[in-house]
Amino acid sequence: MYQHNRLTTNNFNFFSKLANFDYVLMACILLLGFISLATMYSTDGGKILFHTKSHFTKLIVFTIMMLIFSFINIKFWFSIGYFFYVIIIGLLIWTYLFGIKSSGSQRWIDLYFINLQPSELMKICIILCLAKYFHRMKLENVNSLYAILSSLIIILLPMGLVIVQPDLGTSLLISISGLAVLWFAGINHKYFIYTMIGFLISLPFIISFLKPYQKLRVLTFLNPDRDPLGAGYQIIQSKIAVGSGGIFGKGFLKGTQSYLEFLPEKHTDFIFTLFSEEFGFIGSVFLLLIYAIIIYRIVAIGAQSRSYFAKLFCYSFGASIFVYITINMSMVLGLLPIVGSPLPIMSYGGSSMLATMFGFGIVMSAKVHNQQSIA
Amino acid sequence: MINSSSDNVKKLNSINRRMFITGSVKFFIMIGLVSRLFFLQVRENKKYLTLSDKNRIREWKLAPVRGEFHDYFGNVIAGNFEAYQLHIIPEQVEDFRYVIYRLKDLLELSDKEFKRIIKKKNEIKSWETLIVSDNLSWKKFSKINNHLYDLNGVKPVISISRNYPFGENFTHIIGYVSQANEQDIENNEAIKKNFVPGLKIGKVGLEKSFEKQLIGSNDIERYEVNAYGRRISQLEFQKGEKGKSLRLTIDTKVQQLSNELLKDQAGSICVMDIYTGEVIAMHSSPSFDPNLFVFGISQDDWQIIRNDPMKPLVNKTLQGNYSPGSTIKPIVALSALENGIINTNFTVNCRGHKHPLELYGQTYHCWKKEGHGFMNLRNAMKQSCDTYFYEIARKLGVDRLSETAKKFGLGKEVFGNLFNIEKKGLIPSTQWKKNALGQSWVLGETVITGIGQGYIQTTPIQLCLMTAQIANGGYKIYPKIVIDDENKAFPIDKFTPLYKNSKNIKIVQDAMFASTNEVRGTSYRSRIDDPKYQFAGKTGTAQVKKITERDRELDLKTFQIPYEERDHALYIAYGPYKNPRYAVSILVEHGGNGSTTAAPMAKKLFKKIIDRHQLRESINNKKYLDI
Repeated sequence: MYQHNRLTTNNFNFFSKLANFDYVLMACILLLGFISLATMYSTDGGKILFHTKSHFTKLIVFTIMMLIFSFINIKFWFSIGYFFYVIIIGLLIWTYLFGIKSSGSQRWIDLYFINLQPSELMKICIILCLAKYFHRMKLENVNSLYAILSSLIIILLPMGLVIVQPDLGTSLLISISGLAVLWFAGINHKYFIYTMIGFLISLPFIISFLKPYQKLRVLTFLNPDRDPLGAGYQIIQSKIAVGSGGIFGKGFLKGTQSYLEFLPEKHTDFIFTLFSEEFGFIGSVFLLLIYAIIIYRIVAIGAQSRSYFAKLFCYSFGASIFVYITINMSMVLGLLPIVGSPLPIMSYGGSSMLATMFGFGIVMSAKVHNQQSIA
Repeated sequence: MINSSSDNVKKLNSINRRMFITGSVKFFIMIGLVSRLFFLQVRENKKYLTLSDKNRIREWKLAPVRGEFHDYFGNVIAGNFEAYQLHIIPEQVEDFRYVIYRLKDLLELSDKEFKRIIKKKNEIKSWETLIVSDNLSWKKFSKINNHLYDLNGVKPVISISRNYPFGENFTHIIGYVSQANEQDIENNEAIKKNFVPGLKIGKVGLEKSFEKQLIGSNDIERYEVNAYGRRISQLEFQKGEKGKSLRLTIDTKVQQLSNELLKDQAGSICVMDIYTGEVIAMHSSPSFDPNLFVFGISQDDWQIIRNDPMKPLVNKTLQGNYSPGSTIKPIVALSALENGIINTNFTVNCRGHKHPLELYGQTYHCWKKEGHGFMNLRNAMKQSCDTYFYEIARKLGVDRLSETAKKFGLGKEVFGNLFNIEKKGLIPSTQWKKNALGQSWVLGETVITGIGQGYIQTTPIQLCLMTAQIANGGYKIYPKIVIDDENKAFPIDKFTPLYKNSKNIKIVQDAMFASTNEVRGTSYRSRIDDPKYQFAGKTGTAQVKKITERDRELDLKTFQIPYEERDHALYIAYGPYKNPRYAVSILVEHGGNGSTTAAPMAKKLFKKIIDRHQLRESINNKKYLDI
C-alpha cells in the first residue's frame, strides 16, 4: 500500500525514534508530575517530608521506566499481552493467599523493596490482554458468543479476585477498562445497553449484597448530612475545601482545610480537593485541561497508529484514564459515592503510578512505532 | 501481511466511529465537571468559605474582669485575684475517658470529686466548657502545663476571680458572687451578653444591685484550630473592658470595729453621717465569709451557715423588723410637742408597779418597779419613764404619732430599691389596722405604741436615719452607701425641714443629751465626758414576749432567762453633742437591756468614728483641691 517502502524496513534507529517521540504528551506528563509534587509538598505541611520524598522518587523512577518502555517496539508489548495477564492473575492469587492485611483489606504483596498492589497493574494489563485478544479477530466474529464469553471471563476473573480483597472501587475500574476495550473492539452496542438496563434493575439486589460500610457510603452519598461527623464527614469536608477555594484559591500552602487536618485521605484519593482549595477554580480547570490534553494526545496517537492493537490499546487506555479522573473528581465533588479510586499521577501511591506510567509507556511506544504493523 | 480486505476497513471504521462517540461523551462529561467546579467554587463560594471559617476559627470568650469595691479611703474591699483553672470542651477531646483519667492522676482527685466532674460532664452539652478545676494551686497548674502534650483539648486558663480581703466584714453590704445559674442569665441582659461558663455574678447585696456596672465585658480570643480542636494560632485578641469600680461611703476601720463589737452576738450596727447621709458602717451579725461562695460553697459549710440559730444569712440591719422599744420615745415626744399636746412643763406622776396606768381593765406598767415620781419631758426621756409616754401617746393618738414617725423615715425602705431585700418596717395607724386586719384601733394599742411595743416595727437602719435626722436639726437626708451612684437621681427635697418648730427638735436633742450625760440617765454609765466625743442617745429594750404578772414577781436577771426570750437591746445616739456629725443605731438581739448591752458599744464606736473624722474630711477636701 501507500507505505510499502517503510514496511519492508522494520528497523527503527534511535534518532528516528526520538524524532517520532510525542513531546506534547511528555511535557504534559512532566508538568503533571511537577504539580503533583508541589501538591504533595503542601500535604506535608510545606515541608519535604516522607510523602514528598517518596512521591518524588517514584516519579523519577517511573518516568525513566516510561521512557525506556517507549523505545521498546510495540510488537513486544503485543507479544507479552497474555503472559503479562497471567502473571498479574498469579500475583492477585498470591495477594489473596499471602497478601499484607491493612485496615481490613488485603491488597498488597510484599516484594521486599516495595509493597505492590497488583490490582492497580491489572487496570493496564486487562487492556493489553483484551486488545491482543481482539487484534486479529474479524469483525463478524467479535459478536460471536465464544468471543463475548471468553472476553467476559478475562474481565470477571480479576474482578472476582479484587472484590474478595475487598476492593470494590478498583474492581469496578478494572471492569470499566475491560469494557472499554470491548466497546472499541466493536461489540454490538445493544449488549452494552442491555447490560446497563440489567445492572440498573439488579441494583437493589446488588446493594443488598453490599457490606454495611459500603451501604453506608451509598446512603451518605444520597444525603451527606445524615451523619456529618461520621460517614458524611469526608464528603462534607471535601466539598467545603473545594468550595472555599473560590476562583483563585487560598494560595499555595494556605489551604486551611488540609493544613488543619480537616481533609481525610488528602495524600491519596482526596488530593484534588487540596489542590482545588489552594489553586481555586482557575487552577482546577487548568489541571483538568492538562488531563484533557493528555487524553487527547493518547487518542490522537491511537488514531495515527497503523496497527489495530495500538489503536485499541490507546483508545481504551485514554477512555480508562478519563474514567479514573472522572470518578475520582466526581467523588470528591460530591457527585458519586465514595469509592477508593486514585487520581492518576496526582495521588500518592506507587502501584497506581506504576500502572499509569506503564500505560503511558506503551502509548508512547505506539507513537514512536506508529508505522509498525503487527501481523 | 497487509490485510486489505474489506473486513479490516470495516474494523477501522467501527473503531473510529466509536472513538468519536466516546470523544464527544468525554467532552460533555468534562463540561459537567467544570460546571460542578464552577458551582462549588464560584457560585457557592461564600457558603463554603463560611463553613471553612467555622471549621477553623473558634472563638473563646473569657470571663470579664469584674469591677472592684473600694471603701471611702480607696481600700479594696472586694477585689480580684488570678485563679488557675482547667477547662475542657468534651466535644473537642478525642478520647475523653483517657484525658479525664489522666487528669485524675495528675490532680490527685478524690473519687468524690471525680464523680462530680463526670456528673457535670453528663449534664452539659458537649460543646460547653467543662470546668474540671476552678482554683488550682500553682504547683498543680504548672504540672498540668507540662503534660499538655498528651492532654489534647484540655485548656489551662488563668482566670480572674473575686476575692474579699476582709472576709466576713462586708458580707451584708456587698454580698458575694457565685456561679451564674440559668435564672440569672435569663433575668439579666448584662449577664446574658457576657456569659461564659464559670462566670461569677453577684448573688446578693451591692454585688447584685450593681451587676450591670460591675460585670465589664468579655475578652474575646479567636484561634485557628485543627480538626481535633487543638489551637494552632491566635488570630485575634479583643480586649474586654473591666467593670466599673465602685467606691463606697463605708469606713473599713469602723466597719471592722462593728464586727468586733457584735462578735458572737446577733445584732446590727449602723453609723451614718447626719448631713450627707453617707453610711459609715453597716453591719449585721453574725456574718459569714463570702469567699466561700466564689467557687461554690461546700455542702458542709453551707449547712453550718444555714443552720446557725443566729441566722447569719439574714441581714438584720435591712431585713430585721424589730419593735423599737424606748428608742421610739424621741419621736413620740417630738410628735407630742409638734402637735401642741404637751409643753416642757407637762408632768406625769409615775407611781410604780403598785399603781399602774389602767385603761379599760388593762394595766400598763412602767419598767421601774418603784416608779419615777413626777416626771416632765426631759426627765421622762432621761430615765425612759414608760408611764409618761403612755400618757402622752394616749393624748397624742396613733395617727398623729405615725405621721411624725413616717416623716422621719420610719415605715419605708431607707435605700429605696437599692437592696431588694430591705424591709419596710411597720408604723401602725387606725387606717392601717382597718385595712390590714379589718379591726378598729384600740386605745390600749396607742398606749403601748408610745413605748415602741405592739404593732410598731422598725429596722435598725431606719432607726439610724431617724436619729440622724433628729441630730441634724430636723432636716431630711437621703442615706447613701455608694459614691457616684449613677442610678440615683439627685433628690430635690434634700434638707427640707421635717419640723414645724425647730425648738421642738432642740428640746428632744437636749432630752437625749440628758439621758446619756446626766446622773440617772439610762446610758449615763456609757457617757464620754470629753466634749470632743460626747454623745447623746436613747436606750431601748424591746420585749420579745409579753411580760406576765409572774415574770414581774420573779424579776429575773437577763442571764437567768432563756436566750430566745431575752429582750432585744437597742441604742440610738448621735455625736459629738456640740456640733454633731454622726448618728448610730445599735441592736443586739436578745441582748437583755439597752443600757447595759447596747450603749457601751456606742461609747467605743464614737471614739473610733470621731477619731477618724479628720481623716475622712481630709479625703473630701483633697478631692475638691484636685479640681
